[in-house]
Amino acid sequence: MPLLTVNKLNTHFKTMDGEVSAVNDISFTMEKGETLGIVGESGSGKSQLVLSIMGLLATNGWAEGSACFQGQELIGLPTKEINKIRGNRMAMIFQDPMTCLNGYLTIARQMTEVLILHKGMSMADARQRSIEMLEAVHIPDARNRISRYPHEFSGGMRQRVMIAMSLLCEPDLLIADEPTTALDVTVQAQIIDVMNELRSDMNMSIIMITHDLGVIAGISDNVLVMYAGRICEYAPVDDIFRNPQHPYTRGLLHSVPRLDGDTSRALHAIPGNPPNMQHLPTGCAFYERCEFRLEICLSQQPALKHIDDLRQKACHLEAL
Amino acid sequence: MDSHKPFLDVSNNRVWFNIPGPGVWQRKKQILKAVDDVSFQLREAETLGVVGESGCGKSTLVRGILGLETITEGSVKLNGEELTTLDKNTLRLKRRDMQIIFQDPLASLDPRMTVSEIISEPLQVFQPSLSKEDRKQKVQQIMQRVGLLPNQINRYPHEFSGGQAQRIGIARALILKPKLLVCDEPVSALDVSIQAQIINLLMDLQQEMGLSMIFIAHDLSVVKHISHRVMVMYMGKVVEMASRDELFRHPRHPYTKALMESIPIPDPAIERAKRGAPLTGDLPSPMDPPSGCNFRTRCPKAEDICAAETPEWNEKNPDHWVACHFPVI
Repeated sequence: MPLLTVNKLNTHFKTMDGEVSAVNDISFTMEKGETLGIVGESGSGKSQLVLSIMGLLATNGWAEGSACFQGQELIGLPTKEINKIRGNRMAMIFQDPMTCLNGYLTIARQMTEVLILHKGMSMADARQRSIEMLEAVHIPDARNRISRYPHEFSGGMRQRVMIAMSLLCEPDLLIADEPTTALDVTVQAQIIDVMNELRSDMNMSIIMITHDLGVIAGISDNVLVMYAGRICEYAPVDDIFRNPQHPYTRGLLHSVPRLDGDTSRALHAIPGNPPNMQHLPTGCAFYERCEFRLEICLSQQPALKHIDDLRQKACHLEAL
Repeated sequence: MDSHKPFLDVSNNRVWFNIPGPGVWQRKKQILKAVDDVSFQLREAETLGVVGESGCGKSTLVRGILGLETITEGSVKLNGEELTTLDKNTLRLKRRDMQIIFQDPLASLDPRMTVSEIISEPLQVFQPSLSKEDRKQKVQQIMQRVGLLPNQINRYPHEFSGGQAQRIGIARALILKPKLLVCDEPVSALDVSIQAQIINLLMDLQQEMGLSMIFIAHDLSVVKHISHRVMVMYMGKVVEMASRDELFRHPRHPYTKALMESIPIPDPAIERAKRGAPLTGDLPSPMDPPSGCNFRTRCPKAEDICAAETPEWNEKNPDHWVACHFPVI
C-alpha cells in the first residue's frame, strides 16, 4: 500500500471577488521512504495542496477529492480525528519558525506537550525524549537550551527546533513547506544536511516544497512541478533535471543562474507573469508564456498523461 | 569598463551603533560595529557585487554611502567629491546621481500614488521647471524601457505583481539618469522566472546607461552572473575582494569557499555527492565579536594566531585582496 495517495484533489477558496480554485485536479502517489519535491512559483498552489492534505486550510477554503494516508481518507475527516494523525504520524514544518513557535512558552513546554498528548508520556520521559531529539538535530547544549524561549535562538536554530518538534512522534511523513527560504545559505546547507540524515535514519518520507531548484536536486527522489494549481510535470529527479519534458520545467531550469554555469550569456528568462488565479484561461495556463505553444493549447486544457512508466506531463506537445 | 579611474571611493568606512546596555540605572553603552573599516573603490560603469550572510553589514554599508545612515568614521568620495561632510541640502542634490532599489518592491512604493506619480516624483523634485508634457513623455519612455505597458500608467502599486513592482522601482530610480545605482537584494523576493527577467533588465540598463552599480545579494549565483568584481563581507568587515572570475575560480578566504560550497546546484548528481554542510554553527553575536579574526569560531583552518591577531588586508594577487592568516593558495 502506498503511503499517500492523492486523487483528483481540488481546493477552492471563497473570496470577495468570487471563487478561486487554488488546486486543480491533482493526483499522485508516494511510497514509504520516498522524498517528493514540489516546485512552483508563488501562487502555484503548492502550499495549498499540502495544507489541504493536512486539513489546515483557511476557513474560507475547502478541499474536494481524496487524499488517502496509510489507508485512511483525510479529506473531510473531522478535526478530532485528524488531530490524532497530525503531529503524530504526519507532521509539518513551515517557512518562518518564529511565527510557528509560541514566544511565551519555553521550548521544553512546547515539545513535551506533543509527547504527552500523542504518546501519553510522563513529563520526565517527554523531556528526556525532547532533549534527545534536539541533540539529533545538532542543537549544542540541548539539556540547558531546552528551558529557553524561542527568541533566544537564532533563525537556523529555531528551524532545527521546529524539525525536532515535528519528529518527536517519529512521523511517517514530514511535510516541509519552504523550510530554508528564510535562512542564510550556510545555515540552509546545515538544515538540508540534518534532514537528509534523519530521513535515512528514520526511513521517513518527506514532501519538500521549495522554489529553489538546487535544494530540490539534493533531496528529492521524485519531483512534481506545479503551475497555476495544476501538475505540469511529474518525474524522477534525474529526469527532471537532465531531460525536462514540459516547457515550463525547462524554462525554470534555464532561468536560474548557476554557480557552476556560464556567465557570458543573458539568463533565459520565461517572459510574462504567472496568470491571475481568478481568471484562469480555458486552455493551458502556461500558454501566454510558452515558447512552444500550439493552437490547441489556447482552447484545450492538456491532461496529465504518462510519457513512460515513471513520468507524467500535462502538455499537448509530444516531445520537447 | 575601459576607464579605470575610481568613480566612488570609500575609505575606512565605519558605521557603529550605540546600543543601550542591560539594566535600567547603569546604562553602560555597548557598541555594535555594523560596518568596520571598509574600503573599496568602484570604477565607472562597473558592477560590484556584495555578498555575505544576513547581518554582515552589507545593507548598512551602502546606506552609509548614500547618506541614509550616519557614518561614524571614514570618507566617501563620489567623482572626487567628499560626501560625508556635505550639509543635508547639498547631499540631497547629490542624490540625483545616486539611486537605490530595495528588496521588497511593494513595500517601497507608496500605495496611494499611481505609477505615473511614483515614477515622476523625482523629476518634480529635481527638475521642477520641466513642463507637464515633457514629464509625461519621460515617464512613458522609461516605463517602456523597463517593460511596463503604457496603459498601466494610472494604476496603483497593489495591482502589480512583485516583478512588475520591482520594474516600477527601477523606473523611478533611473528616471533622473543617475550615475550610481545601488541594488539592495533586488531579486531575492521574486520567483525564479521573474528573477531572471529583472537580472537581464538590470544588466542591459547598466550597459546602456553606463551605470556604476553596487549589487547586494546573499545569492552567490546571482552575484556571479551580474558582477564585474565581488566583495565578500563577514561581520562588518570585508574578507575578500577580487574580479568575478578570479574570485569564483580561486577563492582564497575559507569563508568565501564555504559560502560557495553551501549554494545548492540544480544538478542531482552534484548535490548527492556533497557530504555535510561546509560551515557549522551560526554567526557569533555582533555585540560580542570574537577576538582577532571574526571568522575564527567557524573556520576549519583556525589556529592560535587567528584569536590573537586580526588578519591584515593584503593583496595576494594583483587586484585580489584577502584578510586571512591562512589563505587558500
